[in-house]
Amino acid sequence: MSDTDPVLKALQDDLDEGFAEMYAAHRATVFSVALRLGGSWADAEDHTAETFLRAYRALTGYDRERLAALQPRAWLLTILMNIWRNWVRSRVRNPPPDLRDEPVDGVCRRADVEAAAELRETGDELAGLLGRLPEEQRAAVVLRHVVDLPVAEIATVLKIPQGTVKSHVSRGLRRLRTLGGAR
Amino acid sequence: MTHDPRLPGQSEAACGTGLLAALAALAVDAPEGLIDRVAARWVTVQGPLGELRAAFTDHGVAYLRPEPPVPPDEAADPGVAAGAFEAGGGTVGGFAEEFRRLVGRPLLRGARPPAGLAPALRTGRTSGVPLDLRACGAFEREVLLAVRSVPRGEIRPYAWVAARTGRPAAAARAVAAVLARNPVPLLVPCHRVTGAGGVLGTHVLGPLAQERLLRAEGVDLERVRELAGRRVYYLASDTTGIVCLPTCHNARRITPSHRRGFRSVAQARAAGYRPCRSCHPTPA
Repeated sequence: MSDTDPVLKALQDDLDEGFAEMYAAHRATVFSVALRLGGSWADAEDHTAETFLRAYRALTGYDRERLAALQPRAWLLTILMNIWRNWVRSRVRNPPPDLRDEPVDGVCRRADVEAAAELRETGDELAGLLGRLPEEQRAAVVLRHVVDLPVAEIATVLKIPQGTVKSHVSRGLRRLRTLGGAR
Repeated sequence: MTHDPRLPGQSEAACGTGLLAALAALAVDAPEGLIDRVAARWVTVQGPLGELRAAFTDHGVAYLRPEPPVPPDEAADPGVAAGAFEAGGGTVGGFAEEFRRLVGRPLLRGARPPAGLAPALRTGRTSGVPLDLRACGAFEREVLLAVRSVPRGEIRPYAWVAARTGRPAAAARAVAAVLARNPVPLLVPCHRVTGAGGVLGTHVLGPLAQERLLRAEGVDLERVRELAGRRVYYLASDTTGIVCLPTCHNARRITPSHRRGFRSVAQARAAGYRPCRSCHPTPA
């Protein structure tokens, strides 16, 4: 994550081309986190698109110095976490009619059907269990073990000490195991 | 650093690899095409007066400018031309910068124009082309949509657009200001909007372009100006009892012997005429 990051180099050369490289380099990570934090496939698409759009709009105001100091992946995930937390909060305030908790069944929108199929292929059950973790444990487990971020970077993203990250991860894993065993 | 014996790094073996492998398998790639919800694409496309550069998103065309931009000597008013030149941007860089300022989305090279854009520009029948006006303010959007309804071959005054957006005639200036920086000229046919009596304003493509576009659509500007010289801004038919704007297709069919000119809609009304339902002549 130093100035050798090719994404940073590209961003400094040309904001739009650089953006395309940043997207290519981090789209899977951002989308995986968006999807595994909870919500439908369509929600994850919305949050990912919103993350990259906000990132681009912020970048247009950055000077070279600020660009050079950027850690793109951690920064993108920080934006995503903000979007996700706001979304969770607004959902608590006015919950959608049907799909409150668990995986959606019987929703006929094509995207959701595809999404459901996708979820089933890639560990529907475990994804469901993740949704039952407290938010901070879920975030830590997803960042650490789904997208394989180092603890230090997770601490940056979640704005908590590294020790707290580690304890969230280990408590989250323990709880997942208990939940999985109970099923 | 902490005293938790179940630190991830140290205890992964103890945790068993099954769960961790299953978690790692939950990573998925973003769907193909998701970037097009974020970024716009640019392409060059042939317009009625030469090459254009268009930027579009998944919602529609967001920005359209001549390529190369209007050269300063092609416009009647050098000041206007210089402004148009800067606004158009001399290079992809200028176009991209202006697009970034207006729309605030990344702009990437597109493979081909969105479906329907090229034929619409060729024929001038542009009302079916989807537009992305999300970056526009509410008034701006209302103005652009009102102008979209002006048919090919007809012109409307600025005050008419103001009235169509539910504003007083005094908003004509604001309308002119919006149209002078129309993000999507031709697709929102701002060349069909003029001052009262066919006086051309500040067109994004330059005043010469506006005149050429109108003539190509068969608008008889001389006649509109000649009528205005006699203070005739509306034409009525004494057989139908309907009063129109002069370029309305209904007004163009009135035979000379039955044609009556009016200075205002109020005068026409007083003489017993009702406003046309297709061109909506408004009190000036």
